[in-house]
Amino acid sequence: MTENGIEQVYRAEYGRAVAVLIRHFGDIDLAEEAVQEAFAVAVPRWTEDGVPPSPAGWIITTARNRAVDRLRRESTRSGREAAAVREWAAGVAVSAESEALAGGGATGKRVEDMADDQLRLIFTCCHPALAPAARVALTLRLLGGLTTGEIARAFLVPEATMGQRLSRAKGKIRDARIPYRVPHDEDLPDRLGAVLAVLYLIFNEGYAASSGPGLTRDDLAGEAIRLTRLLVALMPDEPEARGLLALMLLIEARRPARTTAEGDLVVLADQDRTLWNREHITEGQALLRDCLRRGRPGTYQLQATINAVHADAADAAATDWPQILQIYDHLTAVAGGPVVALHRAVAVAEVHGPALALAVVDGLEGLERHHVWHTVRADLLRRLGRKEAAVAAYGKAAELTANPAERRYLERRAAGF
Amino acid sequence: MKQYLLSIYQPDGDPPPPAVLEPVMAELGKLNDEMKAAGAWVFAVGLHPPSTATVVRDRDGDAVLTDGPFTEGKEHLGGFTVIRAADLDEALSWGARVAAVLAPLAIEVRPIA
Repeated sequence: MTENGIEQVYRAEYGRAVAVLIRHFGDIDLAEEAVQEAFAVAVPRWTEDGVPPSPAGWIITTARNRAVDRLRRESTRSGREAAAVREWAAGVAVSAESEALAGGGATGKRVEDMADDQLRLIFTCCHPALAPAARVALTLRLLGGLTTGEIARAFLVPEATMGQRLSRAKGKIRDARIPYRVPHDEDLPDRLGAVLAVLYLIFNEGYAASSGPGLTRDDLAGEAIRLTRLLVALMPDEPEARGLLALMLLIEARRPARTTAEGDLVVLADQDRTLWNREHITEGQALLRDCLRRGRPGTYQLQATINAVHADAADAAATDWPQILQIYDHLTAVAGGPVVALHRAVAVAEVHGPALALAVVDGLEGLERHHVWHTVRADLLRRLGRKEAAVAAYGKAAELTANPAERRYLERRAAGF
Repeated sequence: MKQYLLSIYQPDGDPPPPAVLEPVMAELGKLNDEMKAAGAWVFAVGLHPPSTATVVRDRDGDAVLTDGPFTEGKEHLGGFTVIRAADLDEALSWGARVAAVLAPLAIEVRPIA
């Protein structure tokens, strides 16, 4: 088996194995170490002999045996771990579950159990008692299998800082006893909202910083899509999860057209639409049709719908702006707020003209530190022929954006008069 | 079962007038009874104002006293409840009930080691 193939197995199975081991041992660090050790054993063996019929079962069985070995060596450990050791001593630790999996004989029920473990872990990682930055880091670490160094590079913080953030979050889960379970029905809408927010944050981090240092930034968007796909598979009846996946795919479809070969930003209206990823668009639109049929449209489904309208237009001039404005009105009713109102103003400009849109934008409060507010204002002022004010607004936007490609674009616009 | 400390933080200064305070305290009493009935209640106290506090430190075997509370600030611990809960979610749901009775005061929920 190639190294690349093993890497794929690692990405797909790491979170699943960690989730199962956390349920068994109640200890995140122990679960992680054991799964890493199991992969370390697997790489040379699989390279030589090929992958076993069920790599997941093989990894889980090996990791569990490693964890039990470790616990036996560290006999001073107490509580639940000691109970796990006693269980092992009674000869049941390596259960029929993973044996069956290792032999390729996974039953539906066992696979379902593992899926439940992953879902539990998602909700633990995205618990609202953890800081948002910690939720993001934990999700990427435990479910995505990214290393601390990879996450640190992706979020442009020193590795030591990310290490502390992760260990502090894991310490809080342990000591404050953040539960490892899917929330009760009455809490589920809020808690699912928190999970979706984390996944979208990961995606946006990958989207907004496409010019960041190599490797990891683009991968974040891909990782967010992979994890959201997993969530959709685990909670197939949640239209907002599906809506979020559709939204991500429809935005991701534009990635090839979004920057020039030199890394400069190309705005939606100027993009070469033949570069858009048709596969992503087709999948996104199909997901969207499916969830909208359920008649419970939420913010992600509505945002996905707006992006689907863009995807339908062969060129910028063919965009159905009245429909987009209508969807924004719906979105405002579901989740009003200044940022939604700002994006709606872009549609207002296309349908009712820039003067009316500028009045809307100038009426919004609390966005003076938000570079998009200045960018939208600048474009409207430019279209109204108010050059000096437009140049000043582009300058302000360039000053406030953290993204280098976007800054270069805004500076070009400001200098373009 | 694990124990959690629910700390009530309140702004310094005079307490609200009785007309405001009394119904709040009655609600809090009801909530304490509910906690007891659920087997969650362990211990609860209210504190005198921070101006009545004294900080004690040891310096070479001698107790050195400082007048006033340990932390500077405009808000201080006004009281606390210790509860028993299965996990943080259960502790937070009791914390949310206390916060609702005492709004807009902040309640800190912290696990006891």
